[in-house]
Amino acid sequence: MPRTSPKKKITNMHRGFQAVLAKKADLQKTDIGAVLKGVAMTLISTVGGASGALYGTFFLQASVSAGNRTELSPGEFGAALEKGLAGIVSRGKAAIGDKTMVDALQPAVKAYKQAIESGQTLEQALSDAVRAAEEGLKSTVPLVARKGRASYLGERSAGHPDPGATSTVLLFRSAAETLR
Amino acid sequence: MKKLINSPENIVLESITGLGAAFSDLIKIHTNPIYITRADAPIKNKVALVSGGGSGHEPMHGGFVGRGMLDAACPGAVFTSPTPDQMFEATKAVNGGKGVLHIVKNYTGDVLNFEMAADLARAEGIEVEAVVIDDDVAVKDSLWTAGRRGVGATVLAEKICGAAAEAGQSLKEVAALCQKVNGSGRSMGMALTSCTVPHVGKPTFDLPDDEMEIGIGIHGEPGRSRSKLKSADEITELLLSPIIEDLPFKSGDEVLLFVNSMGGTPLLELFVVYGKAHEILTKAGIKVTRSLVGPYITSLEMAGASITLLKLDSELTKLWDAPVLTPGLRWGA
Repeated sequence: MPRTSPKKKITNMHRGFQAVLAKKADLQKTDIGAVLKGVAMTLISTVGGASGALYGTFFLQASVSAGNRTELSPGEFGAALEKGLAGIVSRGKAAIGDKTMVDALQPAVKAYKQAIESGQTLEQALSDAVRAAEEGLKSTVPLVARKGRASYLGERSAGHPDPGATSTVLLFRSAAETLR
Repeated sequence: MKKLINSPENIVLESITGLGAAFSDLIKIHTNPIYITRADAPIKNKVALVSGGGSGHEPMHGGFVGRGMLDAACPGAVFTSPTPDQMFEATKAVNGGKGVLHIVKNYTGDVLNFEMAADLARAEGIEVEAVVIDDDVAVKDSLWTAGRRGVGATVLAEKICGAAAEAGQSLKEVAALCQKVNGSGRSMGMALTSCTVPHVGKPTFDLPDDEMEIGIGIHGEPGRSRSKLKSADEITELLLSPIIEDLPFKSGDEVLLFVNSMGGTPLLELFVVYGKAHEILTKAGIKVTRSLVGPYITSLEMAGASITLLKLDSELTKLWDAPVLTPGLRWGA
């Protein structure tokens, strides 16, 4: 094969979630904490880069929160999201405005929690979370990156959406579609 | 994209397998997860050195595994940090009971994954220290950014700390030495062309035929400035001046001058840069007492070069001169 023009995308995140999907059948036989831990360990060992460690930490902390339960109430699901967010912030030490996944994740978790606390359905809360994540992603466009590899671009990082915030939006969209 | 590959998915494993076949007397390849160890690992009562990073920088790090340098290296996907399970398994495999030093280049992914690996190893009772290398003067250092990148000084730190570990130094001593090398070394690079990551299939950035990028990173991250192409002498000056000013290197200092190819620049051109750098340093009263010239920390097929200066003292010089026997660097052994 002298010339290669790959049609298949093999980005880091794609590689990680393909590996998760391959383990789906096995994971579904266990409790929620174990499922989330399985997702975490798979992402940690297949994604690489900062995203692997950060999303791995998110799912690992969420698994601690979920424990050995086999059902989560919308409130308990929110607590797992919060614990995951805290894990990402503690590992990556990023804050709102650094142009990272936190810019989408933090508002999404907050919107979800507020919706549940004000008596909204799971579906409504997830849809609020998606909208907040999307707005967070949009807010990263004009920012100058202060964390991660994009920070080396300095001023030149402005004008582009943050890839971590983008993948966070995709995760919440997927959750909203699946749990509907 | 025109590359000598079979498929982008398998390039790292196939390349590492070839490296292992070529140097089976020095190194051993492990595939699940992927890491490379010294053939004779673990060495009892010696501090073990583990490094790693994205692939595409060969011979770093896999080519620096062997006597007098690294005990293990963990290659990630091209330009992507390896994962904690690789680093954890490598750490366990080379631990000789005297602790393990992780030498980490300052990129967010590398730092986070090595932190997780160190947590895992410590939980199993292995003593682990980590030193983060950040010698690239092209990046503005600030509390609010990811900080300076780890580049050329990494190669020098791995060689010097490898020698110290062979000489029987403790984990704390080798870690302090690694900090010292990082604190005494400064680098800057430039690119004449971009490079193509195999699974991306197109060049990382566009650089017109008559332009160059000063302050480039080893993943093709743009640098300080882009300008019209200049002569080798002028480019050498552009790279060396910020390095000298940053430490600063002063008249009377003894230094190791390391001129590195980004992968696509041949030795013929590299020695032109070396000659000019040597002349500039000599004029400034800075004495070049040791040298390294060649492709040691590359960026795939990118054309360009980087310069690293390391301030030497008798301790660092002695450790630099100590025997080393690896696929990528060998003398005195």
